[in-house]
Amino acid sequence: MEALIDSVQVDLAETEVRDLNSALHSPGSKAWRVANPLGKHSIACGLDAPLTVDIDGHVGYYCAGMNQHASVTVHGNAGVGVAENMMSGTVRVHGNASQSAGATGHGGLLVIEGDASARCGISMKGIDIVVGGSIGHMSAFMGQAGRLVVCGDAGDALGDSLYEARIYVRGTVTSLGADCVEKPLRPEHLAELADLLAAAGFDHDPAEFRRYGSARQLYHFRVDNAY
Amino acid sequence: MCGIVGLHLREPALYPRLGDLLTTMLGQVVERGPDSAGVAVYGDPRMTPPGSAAVSVLSAAVPARRVTALVGARLGTTAGVYDAGETLVVHAPTSVEVLTQAVREVLPDALVIGSGYDLAVLKGIGHPDVLAGEFGLRQAQGWQGVAHTRMATESAVTSAGSHPFSVGADQCLVHNGSFANHATIRRGLRAQGVTFDSENDSEVGARFVARQLAEGADLEKALRLLCERFDGFYTLLVSTSEEFAIVRDAIACKPALVAETPQWVAMASEYRALAGLPGIEGARIIEPEPEEVYVWKR
Repeated sequence: MEALIDSVQVDLAETEVRDLNSALHSPGSKAWRVANPLGKHSIACGLDAPLTVDIDGHVGYYCAGMNQHASVTVHGNAGVGVAENMMSGTVRVHGNASQSAGATGHGGLLVIEGDASARCGISMKGIDIVVGGSIGHMSAFMGQAGRLVVCGDAGDALGDSLYEARIYVRGTVTSLGADCVEKPLRPEHLAELADLLAAAGFDHDPAEFRRYGSARQLYHFRVDNAY
Repeated sequence: MCGIVGLHLREPALYPRLGDLLTTMLGQVVERGPDSAGVAVYGDPRMTPPGSAAVSVLSAAVPARRVTALVGARLGTTAGVYDAGETLVVHAPTSVEVLTQAVREVLPDALVIGSGYDLAVLKGIGHPDVLAGEFGLRQAQGWQGVAHTRMATESAVTSAGSHPFSVGADQCLVHNGSFANHATIRRGLRAQGVTFDSENDSEVGARFVARQLAEGADLEKALRLLCERFDGFYTLLVSTSEEFAIVRDAIACKPALVAETPQWVAMASEYRALAGLPGIEGARIIEPEPEEVYVWKR
Protein backbone atom coordinates (compact mmCIF):
# COMPACT_ATOMS: atom_id res chain seq x y z
CA MET A 1 0.00 0.00 0.00
CA GLU A 2 2.98 2.28 0.58
CA ALA A 3 3.47 2.56 -3.15
CA LEU A 4 -0.15 3.35 -3.85
CA ILE A 5 0.36 7.02 -4.60
CA ASP A 6 2.68 6.64 -7.57
CA SER A 7 1.82 3.11 -8.66
CA VAL A 8 0.56 2.40 -12.15
CA GLN A 9 -3.03 1.12 -12.10
CA VAL A 10 -4.06 -1.58 -14.56
CA ASP A 11 -7.62 -2.87 -14.80
CA LEU A 12 -7.76 -6.38 -16.29
CA ALA A 13 -11.44 -5.90 -17.03
CA GLU A 14 -10.21 -3.53 -19.76
CA THR A 15 -6.60 -4.58 -20.42
CA GLU A 16 -5.40 -7.94 -21.75
CA VAL A 17 -3.07 -9.95 -19.52
CA ARG A 18 -0.58 -10.09 -22.39
CA ASP A 19 -0.46 -6.29 -22.51
CA LEU A 20 -0.01 -6.07 -18.75
CA ASN A 21 2.84 -8.57 -18.83
CA SER A 22 4.51 -6.77 -21.73
CA ALA A 23 4.40 -3.54 -19.76
CA LEU A 24 5.82 -5.27 -16.69
CA HIS A 25 8.68 -6.66 -18.80
CA SER A 26 9.88 -3.16 -19.73
CA PRO A 27 8.49 -1.11 -16.89
CA GLY A 28 8.67 2.64 -16.56
CA SER A 29 7.42 2.45 -13.00
CA LYS A 30 8.56 0.42 -10.00
CA ALA A 31 5.09 0.00 -8.52
CA TRP A 32 2.01 -1.52 -10.11
CA ARG A 33 -1.48 -2.23 -8.93
CA VAL A 34 -3.76 -4.63 -10.84
CA ALA A 35 -7.55 -4.61 -10.50
CA ASN A 36 -10.10 -7.23 -11.59
CA PRO A 37 -7.82 -10.23 -12.13
CA LEU A 38 -11.02 -12.34 -12.30
CA GLY A 39 -9.10 -15.60 -12.12
CA LYS A 40 -7.17 -14.95 -15.32
CA HIS A 41 -4.06 -17.01 -15.98
CA SER A 42 -0.38 -16.02 -16.15
CA ILE A 43 -0.74 -12.63 -14.51
CA ALA A 44 2.64 -10.98 -13.77
CA CYS A 45 4.66 -13.84 -15.26
CA GLY A 46 8.29 -13.65 -16.24
CA LEU A 47 9.14 -10.46 -14.34
CA ASP A 48 12.85 -9.66 -14.22
CA ALA A 49 13.15 -6.39 -12.29
CA PRO A 50 12.73 -5.21 -8.67
CA LEU A 51 9.09 -4.16 -9.06
CA THR A 52 6.24 -4.34 -6.64
CA VAL A 53 3.00 -5.65 -8.12
CA ASP A 54 -0.19 -5.74 -6.05
CA ILE A 55 -3.08 -7.73 -7.48
CA ASP A 56 -6.49 -7.05 -5.95
CA GLY A 57 -8.55 -10.22 -6.27
CA HIS A 58 -8.26 -13.90 -7.13
CA VAL A 59 -5.80 -14.98 -9.82
CA GLY A 60 -5.80 -18.03 -12.10
CA TYR A 61 -2.96 -20.35 -13.07
CA TYR A 62 0.79 -19.64 -12.93
CA CYS A 63 0.58 -16.17 -11.40
CA ALA A 64 4.09 -14.70 -10.94
CA GLY A 65 5.63 -17.71 -12.64
CA MET A 66 9.36 -17.54 -13.35
CA ASN A 67 9.62 -14.46 -11.17
CA GLN A 68 13.01 -12.81 -10.75
CA HIS A 69 13.63 -9.88 -8.38
CA ALA A 70 10.01 -8.68 -8.27
CA SER A 71 7.73 -8.61 -5.26
CA VAL A 72 4.24 -9.78 -6.24
CA THR A 73 1.34 -9.76 -3.78
CA VAL A 74 -2.00 -11.41 -4.46
CA HIS A 75 -4.78 -9.91 -2.35
CA GLY A 76 -6.96 -12.97 -2.86
CA ASN A 77 -6.57 -16.65 -3.77
CA ALA A 78 -4.19 -18.08 -6.34
CA GLY A 79 -4.87 -20.88 -8.84
CA VAL A 80 -2.62 -23.72 -9.92
CA GLY A 81 1.15 -23.16 -9.93
CA VAL A 82 1.52 -19.78 -8.29
CA ALA A 83 5.19 -18.68 -8.47
CA GLU A 84 6.09 -21.82 -10.40
CA ASN A 85 9.76 -21.90 -11.32
CA MET A 86 10.45 -18.71 -9.38
CA MET A 87 14.14 -17.73 -9.43
CA SER A 88 14.25 -14.88 -6.90
CA GLY A 89 12.10 -12.17 -5.38
CA THR A 90 9.02 -12.57 -3.22
CA VAL A 91 5.50 -13.74 -3.96
CA ARG A 92 2.87 -13.40 -1.25
CA VAL A 93 -0.69 -14.78 -1.40
CA HIS A 94 -3.03 -13.39 1.24
CA GLY A 95 -5.63 -16.10 0.62
CA ASN A 96 -5.30 -19.77 -0.33
CA ALA A 97 -3.31 -21.33 -3.15
CA SER A 98 -4.31 -24.22 -5.38
CA GLN A 99 -2.12 -27.16 -6.29
CA SER A 100 1.57 -27.07 -7.25
CA ALA A 101 2.32 -23.76 -5.54
CA GLY A 102 5.99 -22.89 -6.01
CA ALA A 103 6.56 -25.92 -8.24
CA THR A 104 10.17 -26.31 -9.44
CA GLY A 105 11.14 -22.96 -7.87
CA HIS A 106 14.87 -22.26 -7.83
CA GLY A 107 14.95 -19.35 -5.40
CA GLY A 108 13.11 -16.50 -3.75
CA LEU A 109 10.41 -16.61 -1.10
CA LEU A 110 6.79 -17.70 -1.59
CA VAL A 111 4.44 -16.91 1.30
CA ILE A 112 0.91 -18.31 1.34
CA GLU A 113 -0.98 -16.90 4.29
CA GLY A 114 -3.88 -19.34 3.95
CA ASP A 115 -3.79 -22.99 2.88
CA ALA A 116 -2.03 -24.53 -0.10
CA SER A 117 -3.49 -27.64 -1.68
CA ALA A 118 -1.84 -30.71 -3.23
CA ARG A 119 1.77 -30.86 -4.41
CA CYS A 120 2.90 -27.61 -2.79
CA GLY A 121 6.60 -27.23 -3.59
CA ILE A 122 6.71 -30.21 -5.96
CA SER A 123 10.24 -30.59 -7.34
CA MET A 124 11.39 -27.47 -5.50
CA LYS A 125 14.97 -26.60 -6.39
CA GLY A 126 15.96 -23.92 -3.91
CA ILE A 127 12.84 -21.84 -3.31
CA ASP A 128 11.69 -21.10 0.23
CA ILE A 129 7.96 -21.59 0.81
CA VAL A 130 6.18 -20.57 4.01
CA VAL A 131 2.52 -21.55 4.37
CA GLY A 132 0.48 -19.99 7.15
CA GLY A 133 -2.19 -22.70 7.01
CA SER A 134 -2.08 -26.32 5.91
CA ILE A 135 -0.87 -28.09 2.77
CA GLY A 136 -2.35 -30.92 0.72
CA HIS A 137 -1.09 -34.33 -0.29
CA MET A 138 2.19 -35.11 -2.10
CA SER A 139 3.76 -31.81 -1.12
CA ALA A 140 7.49 -31.32 -1.74
CA PHE A 141 7.46 -34.43 -3.94
CA MET A 142 11.01 -34.89 -5.29
CA GLY A 143 12.09 -31.66 -3.62
CA GLN A 144 15.74 -31.11 -4.45
CA ALA A 145 16.66 -28.00 -2.45
CA GLY A 146 15.09 -25.17 -0.50
CA ARG A 147 12.90 -25.04 2.59
CA LEU A 148 9.17 -25.68 3.01
CA VAL A 149 7.66 -24.34 6.23
CA VAL A 150 4.08 -25.27 7.16
CA CYS A 151 2.46 -23.56 10.13
CA GLY A 152 -0.59 -25.86 9.98
CA ASP A 153 -0.86 -29.51 8.97
CA ALA A 154 0.50 -31.52 6.04
CA GLY A 155 -1.51 -34.07 4.02
CA ASP A 156 -0.62 -37.53 2.75
CA ALA A 157 2.76 -38.55 1.37
CA LEU A 158 4.72 -35.52 2.52
CA GLY A 159 8.20 -35.31 1.01
CA ASP A 160 7.98 -38.41 -1.15
CA SER A 161 11.29 -39.17 -2.94
CA LEU A 162 12.91 -36.13 -1.41
CA TYR A 163 16.49 -35.10 -2.19
CA GLU A 164 17.93 -32.25 -0.12
CA ALA A 165 14.94 -29.97 0.50
CA ARG A 166 14.16 -29.40 4.19
CA ILE A 167 10.60 -29.45 5.51
CA TYR A 168 9.29 -27.97 8.76
CA VAL A 169 5.74 -28.67 9.94
CA ARG A 170 4.13 -27.20 13.04
CA GLY A 171 0.98 -29.34 13.04
CA THR A 172 0.28 -32.94 12.16
CA VAL A 173 1.45 -34.89 9.11
CA THR A 174 -1.12 -37.33 7.72
CA SER A 175 1.61 -39.56 6.32
CA LEU A 176 5.19 -39.34 5.12
CA GLY A 177 6.05 -40.29 1.55
CA ALA A 178 8.62 -42.85 0.49
CA ASP A 179 12.05 -42.18 2.00
CA CYS A 180 10.91 -39.13 4.01
CA VAL A 181 11.70 -39.25 7.72
CA GLU A 182 11.54 -36.99 10.74
CA LYS A 183 14.90 -35.58 11.73
CA PRO A 184 16.13 -33.78 14.84
CA LEU A 185 15.65 -30.04 15.09
CA ARG A 186 19.15 -28.81 15.85
CA PRO A 187 20.13 -25.19 16.70
CA GLU A 188 21.02 -24.38 13.09
CA HIS A 189 17.53 -25.51 12.04
CA LEU A 190 15.86 -23.42 14.74
CA ALA A 191 17.89 -20.47 13.50
CA GLU A 192 16.98 -20.87 9.83
CA LEU A 193 13.35 -21.48 10.76
CA ALA A 194 13.28 -18.30 12.85
CA ASP A 195 14.67 -16.40 9.86
CA LEU A 196 12.11 -17.87 7.47
CA LEU A 197 9.18 -17.17 9.81
CA ALA A 198 10.38 -13.61 10.33
CA ALA A 199 10.79 -13.07 6.59
CA ALA A 200 7.27 -14.37 6.03
CA GLY A 201 5.80 -12.30 8.86
CA PHE A 202 4.70 -15.11 11.18
CA ASP A 203 5.48 -15.10 14.89
CA HIS A 204 5.31 -18.82 15.75
CA ASP A 205 7.95 -20.26 18.06
CA PRO A 206 10.37 -22.31 15.90
CA ALA A 207 10.53 -24.91 18.67
CA GLU A 208 6.90 -25.85 17.92
CA PHE A 209 7.91 -27.29 14.52
CA ARG A 210 9.23 -30.70 13.53
CA ARG A 211 11.76 -31.25 10.79
CA TYR A 212 11.48 -33.77 7.95
CA GLY A 213 13.99 -34.73 5.30
CA SER A 214 15.26 -37.47 3.06
CA ALA A 215 16.50 -40.74 4.58
CA ARG A 216 18.58 -41.09 1.39
CA GLN A 217 17.74 -44.77 1.03
CA LEU A 218 16.23 -44.80 -2.46
CA TYR A 219 17.96 -46.32 -5.46
CA HIS A 220 19.65 -43.19 -6.75
CA PHE A 221 21.34 -42.50 -3.39
CA ARG A 222 23.42 -45.70 -3.63
CA VAL A 223 26.79 -45.09 -5.13
CA ASP A 224 26.76 -48.56 -6.72
CA ASN A 225 23.92 -47.34 -8.92
CA ALA A 226 25.86 -44.35 -10.22
CA TYR A 227 26.91 -44.30 -13.83
CA MET B 1 -8.14 -31.53 -20.22
CA CYS B 2 -11.85 -30.85 -20.18
CA GLY B 3 -13.87 -28.07 -18.65
CA ILE B 4 -16.70 -28.46 -16.19
CA VAL B 5 -19.09 -25.87 -14.83
CA GLY B 6 -22.18 -26.46 -12.74
CA LEU B 7 -24.66 -24.29 -10.93
CA HIS B 8 -27.14 -25.39 -8.28
CA LEU B 9 -29.46 -22.55 -7.41
CA ARG B 10 -30.98 -22.22 -3.97
CA GLU B 11 -32.64 -18.85 -4.51
CA PRO B 12 -35.76 -19.16 -6.70
CA ALA B 13 -35.39 -15.51 -7.77
CA LEU B 14 -32.30 -16.64 -9.71
CA TYR B 15 -34.07 -19.46 -11.61
CA PRO B 16 -34.86 -17.22 -14.61
CA ARG B 17 -31.13 -16.39 -14.86
CA LEU B 18 -29.84 -19.99 -14.83
CA GLY B 19 -29.05 -20.14 -18.53
CA ASP B 20 -27.51 -16.70 -18.62
CA LEU B 21 -25.20 -17.48 -15.70
CA LEU B 22 -24.35 -20.94 -17.04
CA THR B 23 -23.53 -19.61 -20.52
CA THR B 24 -21.09 -17.10 -19.05
CA MET B 25 -19.50 -19.86 -16.98
CA LEU B 26 -19.23 -22.13 -20.03
CA GLY B 27 -17.51 -19.37 -22.00
CA GLN B 28 -14.68 -19.34 -19.46
CA VAL B 29 -13.77 -23.01 -19.91
CA VAL B 30 -13.78 -23.11 -23.72
CA GLU B 31 -9.97 -23.43 -23.91
CA ARG B 32 -10.16 -26.53 -21.75
CA GLY B 33 -12.20 -28.37 -24.38
CA PRO B 34 -12.88 -26.62 -27.65
CA ASP B 35 -13.89 -29.68 -29.72
CA SER B 36 -17.39 -30.31 -28.42
CA ALA B 37 -19.72 -29.49 -25.58
CA GLY B 38 -22.88 -30.44 -23.83
CA VAL B 39 -25.19 -29.11 -21.19
CA ALA B 40 -27.83 -30.41 -18.82
CA VAL B 41 -30.62 -28.14 -17.65
CA TYR B 42 -32.98 -28.98 -14.81
CA GLY B 43 -36.36 -27.30 -14.75
CA ASP B 44 -36.61 -25.28 -17.96
CA PRO B 45 -40.33 -25.00 -18.85
CA ARG B 46 -39.61 -24.86 -22.60
CA MET B 47 -37.59 -28.08 -22.61
CA THR B 48 -39.26 -29.95 -19.76
CA PRO B 49 -42.74 -28.53 -19.14
CA PRO B 50 -44.08 -29.30 -15.66
CA GLY B 51 -46.20 -32.44 -15.66
CA SER B 52 -44.44 -33.88 -18.70
CA ALA B 53 -41.69 -36.38 -19.24
CA ALA B 54 -38.85 -35.41 -21.55
CA VAL B 55 -36.46 -37.44 -23.68
CA SER B 56 -33.42 -35.86 -25.29
CA VAL B 57 -32.21 -37.40 -28.56
CA LEU B 58 -29.35 -36.93 -31.00
CA SER B 59 -29.39 -37.50 -34.74
CA ALA B 60 -33.14 -37.83 -35.09
CA ALA B 61 -32.82 -37.23 -38.86
CA VAL B 62 -36.46 -36.15 -38.82
CA PRO B 63 -37.64 -32.52 -38.61
CA ALA B 64 -38.84 -31.40 -35.19
CA ARG B 65 -42.40 -30.78 -36.39
CA ARG B 66 -42.60 -34.31 -37.78
CA VAL B 67 -41.24 -35.73 -34.50
CA THR B 68 -43.99 -33.88 -32.62
CA ALA B 69 -46.64 -35.40 -34.86
CA LEU B 70 -45.19 -38.92 -34.79
CA VAL B 71 -44.74 -39.08 -31.01
CA GLY B 72 -48.14 -37.44 -30.42
CA ALA B 73 -49.84 -39.93 -32.68
CA ARG B 74 -48.05 -42.86 -31.06
CA LEU B 75 -49.06 -41.76 -27.56
CA GLY B 76 -52.49 -40.41 -28.46
CA THR B 77 -51.67 -37.15 -26.73
CA THR B 78 -50.07 -33.79 -27.49
CA ALA B 79 -46.30 -33.97 -27.65
CA GLY B 80 -43.84 -31.13 -28.01
CA VAL B 81 -40.26 -30.79 -29.20
CA TYR B 82 -37.55 -28.34 -28.17
CA ASP B 83 -35.31 -27.98 -31.21
CA ALA B 84 -31.65 -27.41 -30.24
CA GLY B 85 -29.75 -28.14 -33.43
CA GLU B 86 -28.47 -31.69 -33.45
CA THR B 87 -30.36 -32.38 -30.23
CA LEU B 88 -34.13 -32.58 -29.92
CA VAL B 89 -35.88 -32.66 -26.55
CA VAL B 90 -39.20 -34.46 -26.92
CA HIS B 91 -41.77 -33.96 -24.18
CA ALA B 92 -45.26 -35.26 -23.50
CA PRO B 93 -47.59 -35.62 -20.52
CA THR B 94 -46.80 -39.25 -19.77
CA SER B 95 -44.20 -41.29 -17.92
CA VAL B 96 -40.51 -41.33 -18.82
CA GLU B 97 -40.72 -45.04 -19.59
CA VAL B 98 -43.68 -44.67 -21.96
CA LEU B 99 -42.21 -41.63 -23.70
CA THR B 100 -38.78 -43.26 -24.07
CA GLN B 101 -40.36 -46.33 -25.64
CA ALA B 102 -42.43 -44.19 -28.03
CA VAL B 103 -39.40 -42.13 -29.06
CA ARG B 104 -37.35 -45.26 -29.71
CA GLU B 105 -40.14 -46.63 -31.90
CA VAL B 106 -40.74 -43.56 -34.03
CA LEU B 107 -37.04 -42.57 -34.19
CA PRO B 108 -35.23 -45.92 -34.41
CA ASP B 109 -31.99 -44.34 -35.64
CA ALA B 110 -31.82 -41.63 -32.99
CA LEU B 111 -29.67 -41.89 -29.87
CA VAL B 112 -31.37 -41.22 -26.54
CA ILE B 113 -28.97 -39.01 -24.55
CA GLY B 114 -31.12 -38.17 -21.57
CA SER B 115 -34.52 -38.57 -20.00
CA GLY B 116 -36.48 -37.48 -16.98
CA TYR B 117 -39.17 -35.18 -15.72
CA ASP B 118 -36.88 -32.21 -15.08
CA LEU B 119 -33.78 -32.87 -17.17
CA ALA B 120 -32.91 -31.84 -20.72
CA VAL B 121 -29.54 -32.84 -22.19
CA LEU B 122 -28.14 -30.95 -25.19
CA LYS B 123 -24.95 -31.95 -27.02
CA GLY B 124 -23.00 -31.10 -30.11
CA ILE B 125 -19.66 -30.81 -31.87
CA GLY B 126 -17.98 -27.48 -32.38
CA HIS B 127 -17.08 -24.36 -30.49
CA PRO B 128 -18.89 -24.31 -27.15
CA ASP B 129 -19.94 -20.67 -27.55
CA VAL B 130 -21.59 -21.48 -30.89
CA LEU B 131 -23.25 -24.55 -29.42
CA ALA B 132 -24.59 -22.51 -26.49
CA GLY B 133 -26.31 -20.36 -29.10
CA GLU B 134 -27.78 -23.42 -30.86
CA PHE B 135 -28.99 -24.74 -27.53
CA GLY B 136 -30.67 -21.44 -26.63
CA LEU B 137 -28.79 -21.79 -23.39
CA ARG B 138 -28.73 -18.14 -22.41
CA GLN B 139 -32.53 -18.10 -22.26
CA ALA B 140 -32.77 -21.28 -20.21
CA GLN B 141 -34.40 -21.24 -16.81
CA GLY B 142 -34.36 -23.72 -13.96
CA TRP B 143 -32.77 -24.58 -10.67
CA GLN B 144 -29.73 -26.49 -11.80
CA GLY B 145 -27.44 -26.69 -14.79
CA VAL B 146 -24.24 -28.42 -15.81
CA ALA B 147 -22.02 -27.75 -18.82
CA HIS B 148 -18.96 -29.53 -20.15
CA THR B 149 -16.36 -28.70 -22.76
CA ARG B 150 -14.52 -31.73 -24.06
CA MET B 151 -10.95 -32.24 -25.16
CA ALA B 152 -11.24 -35.82 -26.42
CA THR B 153 -8.43 -38.15 -25.42
CA GLU B 154 -9.60 -41.75 -25.47
CA SER B 155 -12.45 -41.86 -28.01
CA ALA B 156 -13.62 -39.94 -31.04
CA VAL B 157 -14.96 -36.39 -31.19
CA THR B 158 -18.63 -37.07 -31.75
CA SER B 159 -21.82 -35.60 -30.37
CA ALA B 160 -22.53 -38.96 -28.74
CA GLY B 161 -19.13 -38.86 -27.07
CA SER B 162 -19.79 -35.38 -25.67
CA HIS B 163 -20.74 -35.04 -22.07
CA PRO B 164 -22.99 -35.04 -20.07
CA PHE B 165 -23.81 -38.73 -19.88
CA SER B 166 -27.34 -39.21 -18.69
CA VAL B 167 -28.26 -42.87 -18.47
CA GLY B 168 -30.87 -42.88 -15.72
CA ALA B 169 -33.93 -40.68 -15.38
CA ASP B 170 -32.91 -37.17 -14.30
CA GLN B 171 -29.32 -38.31 -13.75
CA CYS B 172 -26.33 -36.59 -15.29
CA LEU B 173 -22.56 -37.09 -15.09
CA VAL B 174 -19.69 -35.02 -16.48
CA HIS B 175 -16.05 -36.02 -16.22
CA ASN B 176 -12.67 -34.35 -16.48
CA GLY B 177 -9.95 -36.98 -16.69
CA SER B 178 -9.63 -40.50 -17.99
CA PHE B 179 -10.53 -43.82 -16.45
CA ALA B 180 -7.80 -46.44 -16.77
CA ASN B 181 -9.86 -49.58 -16.17
CA HIS B 182 -13.08 -48.62 -17.94
CA ALA B 183 -12.88 -51.56 -20.36
CA THR B 184 -12.80 -54.05 -17.49
CA ILE B 185 -15.72 -52.40 -15.73
CA ARG B 186 -17.66 -52.13 -19.01
CA ARG B 187 -17.26 -55.88 -19.57
CA GLY B 188 -18.54 -56.56 -16.07
CA LEU B 189 -21.56 -54.30 -16.53
CA ARG B 190 -22.33 -55.81 -19.95
CA ALA B 191 -22.27 -59.26 -18.36
CA GLN B 192 -24.97 -57.98 -16.01
CA GLY B 193 -27.08 -56.86 -18.96
CA VAL B 194 -26.16 -53.17 -19.08
CA THR B 195 -26.04 -51.76 -22.62
CA PHE B 196 -23.75 -48.97 -23.79
CA ASP B 197 -24.14 -46.25 -26.41
CA SER B 198 -20.48 -45.39 -26.96
CA GLU B 199 -16.90 -46.48 -26.33
CA ASN B 200 -16.40 -43.47 -24.11
CA ASP B 201 -14.79 -44.11 -20.70
CA SER B 202 -17.01 -41.56 -18.99
CA GLU B 203 -20.15 -43.40 -20.08
CA VAL B 204 -18.89 -46.35 -18.04
CA GLY B 205 -18.80 -44.09 -14.99
CA ALA B 206 -22.36 -42.93 -15.65
CA ARG B 207 -23.61 -46.52 -16.19
CA PHE B 208 -21.86 -47.63 -13.01
CA VAL B 209 -23.45 -44.85 -10.94
CA ALA B 210 -26.88 -45.51 -12.48
CA ARG B 211 -26.53 -49.19 -11.67
CA GLN B 212 -25.67 -48.46 -8.03
CA LEU B 213 -28.60 -46.04 -7.71
CA ALA B 214 -30.95 -48.59 -9.27
CA GLU B 215 -29.79 -51.15 -6.74
CA GLY B 216 -30.66 -48.84 -3.86
CA ALA B 217 -27.49 -46.91 -3.08
CA ASP B 218 -27.83 -43.20 -2.48
CA LEU B 219 -25.67 -40.88 -4.56
CA GLU B 220 -22.97 -40.54 -1.91
CA LYS B 221 -22.67 -44.31 -1.58
CA ALA B 222 -22.64 -44.76 -5.36
CA LEU B 223 -19.74 -42.33 -5.70
CA ARG B 224 -17.82 -44.00 -2.87
CA LEU B 225 -18.19 -47.30 -4.72
CA LEU B 226 -16.99 -45.61 -7.90
CA CYS B 227 -13.84 -44.50 -6.05
CA GLU B 228 -13.23 -48.11 -5.02
CA ARG B 229 -13.70 -49.60 -8.47
CA PHE B 230 -12.33 -47.01 -10.89
CA ASP B 231 -8.66 -46.32 -11.51
CA GLY B 232 -7.46 -43.23 -13.29
CA PHE B 233 -7.95 -39.52 -13.13
CA TYR B 234 -11.30 -37.96 -12.51
CA THR B 235 -13.09 -34.95 -11.30
CA LEU B 236 -16.78 -35.79 -11.58
CA LEU B 237 -19.85 -33.63 -11.23
CA VAL B 238 -22.90 -35.84 -10.85
CA SER B 239 -26.43 -34.55 -10.52
CA THR B 240 -30.00 -35.70 -10.10
CA SER B 241 -33.13 -33.58 -9.92
CA GLU B 242 -32.49 -33.25 -6.19
CA GLU B 243 -28.72 -33.48 -5.80
CA PHE B 244 -25.48 -31.93 -6.97
CA ALA B 245 -22.38 -33.99 -6.13
CA ILE B 246 -18.63 -33.86 -6.70
CA VAL B 247 -15.88 -36.43 -6.29
CA ARG B 248 -12.19 -36.45 -7.27
CA ASP B 249 -9.66 -39.28 -7.50
CA ALA B 250 -6.91 -39.81 -4.94
CA ILE B 251 -4.30 -37.87 -6.90
CA ALA B 252 -6.71 -34.99 -7.57
CA CYS B 253 -4.73 -33.46 -10.42
CA LYS B 254 -7.88 -32.62 -12.39
CA PRO B 255 -8.92 -29.24 -11.02
CA ALA B 256 -12.10 -28.37 -9.19
CA LEU B 257 -13.33 -25.41 -7.23
CA VAL B 258 -16.58 -25.00 -5.38
CA ALA B 259 -18.06 -21.68 -4.39
CA GLU B 260 -21.03 -21.52 -2.07
CA THR B 261 -23.37 -18.74 -0.97
CA PRO B 262 -26.84 -18.86 0.58
CA GLN B 263 -28.20 -18.28 -2.95
CA TRP B 264 -26.28 -20.97 -4.87
CA VAL B 265 -23.59 -23.64 -5.03
CA ALA B 266 -21.32 -23.54 -8.07
CA MET B 267 -18.54 -25.81 -9.26
CA ALA B 268 -15.99 -25.13 -11.98
CA SER B 269 -12.65 -26.37 -13.25
CA GLU B 270 -11.21 -22.90 -12.82
CA TYR B 271 -12.04 -19.85 -10.74
CA ARG B 272 -12.47 -17.61 -13.77
CA ALA B 273 -15.70 -19.46 -14.56
CA LEU B 274 -17.05 -18.46 -11.16
CA ALA B 275 -15.86 -14.87 -11.24
CA GLY B 276 -19.05 -13.53 -12.87
CA LEU B 277 -21.54 -15.08 -10.46
CA PRO B 278 -23.66 -12.68 -8.39
CA GLY B 279 -22.31 -12.47 -4.84
CA ILE B 280 -19.04 -14.27 -5.62
CA GLU B 281 -17.20 -11.70 -3.49
CA GLY B 282 -18.79 -13.17 -0.37
CA ALA B 283 -18.74 -16.82 -1.43
CA ARG B 284 -17.03 -19.56 0.54
CA ILE B 285 -14.55 -21.08 -1.90
CA ILE B 286 -13.09 -24.55 -1.41
CA GLU B 287 -11.09 -27.03 -3.40
CA PRO B 288 -12.68 -30.48 -2.96
CA GLU B 289 -10.44 -32.97 -1.17
CA PRO B 290 -9.38 -36.17 -2.96
CA GLU B 291 -11.74 -39.17 -2.62
CA GLU B 292 -14.19 -37.19 -0.55
CA VAL B 293 -17.78 -37.15 -1.78
CA TYR B 294 -19.55 -33.79 -1.61
CA VAL B 295 -23.32 -33.72 -2.01
CA TRP B 296 -25.65 -30.73 -1.94
CA LYS B 297 -29.41 -31.32 -1.83
CA ARG B 298 -32.35 -29.13 -2.75
